[in-house]
Amino acid sequence: MLRIPCPYCGPRDHAEFDYGGDATVVWPALDDTTEAWVEALYFRDDPKGPHRELWRHARGCRLWLIVERDTVTHEISAAHPAHPGMADEVTAQSQAETPSA
Amino acid sequence: MKRYSVFALARNAMSYHQGWERAWRAPEPKSEYDVVIVGAGGHGLATAYYLAKNHGVRNVAVIEKGWLGGGNTGRNTTIIRSNYLQDESAALYELSRGLFEDLSQKLNFNIMFSPRGVLMLAQTEHEKRALKRTLHATRLNGVHTEWAEPSKVKSLCPIINDSADARFPILGGLWQPRGGTARHDAVAWGFARAADDLGVDVIQNCAVEGVDVQGGRVVGVQTSKGAIRCKKLGIVVAGHSSVLADMAGFRMPIESVALQALVSEPIKPCMDIVVMANTVHGYMSQSDKGELVIGGGADGFNNYSQRGSFHHVEETVTALVETFPIISRLKMLRQWGGVVDMTGDRSPIIGKAPVEGIFVNCGWGTGGFKATPGSGHCFAATIAQGEPDDVAAPFSMGRFAEGRMIDESVAAAVAH
Ligand SMILES: Cc1cc2nc3c(=O)[nH]c(=O)nc-3n(C[C@H](O)[C@H](O)[C@H](O)COP(=O)(O)OP(=O)(O)OC[C@H]3O[C@@H](n4cnc5c(N)ncnc54)[C@H](O)[C@@H]3O)c2cc1C
Ligand SMILES: [Zn+2]
Repeated sequence: MLRIPCPYCGPRDHAEFDYGGDATVVWPALDDTTEAWVEALYFRDDPKGPHRELWRHARGCRLWLIVERDTVTHEISAAHPAHPGMADEVTAQSQAETPSA
Repeated sequence: MKRYSVFALARNAMSYHQGWERAWRAPEPKSEYDVVIVGAGGHGLATAYYLAKNHGVRNVAVIEKGWLGGGNTGRNTTIIRSNYLQDESAALYELSRGLFEDLSQKLNFNIMFSPRGVLMLAQTEHEKRALKRTLHATRLNGVHTEWAEPSKVKSLCPIINDSADARFPILGGLWQPRGGTARHDAVAWGFARAADDLGVDVIQNCAVEGVDVQGGRVVGVQTSKGAIRCKKLGIVVAGHSSVLADMAGFRMPIESVALQALVSEPIKPCMDIVVMANTVHGYMSQSDKGELVIGGGADGFNNYSQRGSFHHVEETVTALVETFPIISRLKMLRQWGGVVDMTGDRSPIIGKAPVEGIFVNCGWGTGGFKATPGSGHCFAATIAQGEPDDVAAPFSMGRFAEGRMIDESVAAAVAH
């Protein structure tokens, strides 16, 4: 069982997240070659060890994260927001929504 | 090889069973082989056996980093069936199921093939339609399956909850009477012993650490017991396929994830068939020891840890309790996991690798035990001839680029 440190919500249980796969995949341009698309769609490094991967905090803030996890030890060395700039926006929003006491 | 028989048993009883010979040798690796197979799981061992038996290729080594059969071969829930939807799969899995029928005799090793029947439950209207489609497809492919109405389901497996107001009611089932189980370890041991007898070196506790490629051609492997040269290399390492491919300098359309299973404490015989409930993601059979053997879905994220997540165990048994209320008070005895090699279309990859002389057999994911003899049979032909045989040909790695998927994921969400 993993515990993923969501940068927005703090450490949360694995069961709150959905997996999004390898985060290092670079999607080719729409008119790129078949080979490039086949590589991106199906072929993976699938490393035994450190892996950069996508997780979505589906039963939490619902945002996508990039997580650095070791596929053997499950040690998570980092979890970043997948979309730069999103963190600030979310923080600003939640501050605006907080009812004044 | 001294044959096993009732007479051998009697003869050895005279000497208090002290005189049995070892089932296979423990050879040191030679410096060169015609074919090196990496991975002494069922598939690797079957490949070596059929190379020697059917193709006369006997200068073969099977190299295993741990003990033979200690990977997924010794960790699976042993379901054997061939009721697959696609034509290519039906050919492959039915070849394999057929080979199981007399494998004990062929190998002179009791692999305990038990064609007790496999029942796939339909618990939603959608699933019923999908399974009926599979039923018709399998019949067209000459695979014997039948439709079981709810009353037949109940008579086949009386411990199933057939109440009409169950959350997932029983709407029928796809019944393959000649499906079943076999003893997984015995399959590995039987192939190892028979291959050894034909001259194959099974080398255990020897990890392959590098693949030597010269001018685009494989020339050997680096192992923890030194370098071994080879003319051809077969990679049959299941969840470690991407790791071996990386050593040889190519990538695979594979992701490795954990799949786990569990057994209950042993109880008296209560079910004599295999039941799969794909809608709720669980399946169950009873072992000869009386344990209920239970499996479910894969963990769903890249994982080389050979352990499963605990919440998956919980999910699987929660799902099964409604269909099998009898299990609600049982204790779990053991739980374990294996690293399985998943492809995008949930079908295996059998064929040539992008490096000359290297052949791959992998991608069996959550369901390759049933394919062990068939896989070895067609992979041996592929290695011996240098080109895939008719059964193996559709399963080439090239199918991903050609858009020729052999899609079994829709037909069988969990299935093993
Ligand atoms: C929990 C679970 C339940 C399953 N249930 C079913 C089922 O009911 N029915 C079914 O049909 N299938 C089932 N499967 C799938 C099935 O177990 C596999 O598809 C099948 O056993 C694969 O066999 P194999 O010989 O290819 O792999 P393995 O048995 O895993 O053999 C590969 C071998 O390669 C070795 N190896 C790896 N790296 C190296 C290296 N660098 N050097 C040397 N050796 C190496 C490993 O140690 C291993 O022994 C299940 C799997 C699991 C995990
Ligand atoms: Zn969050």
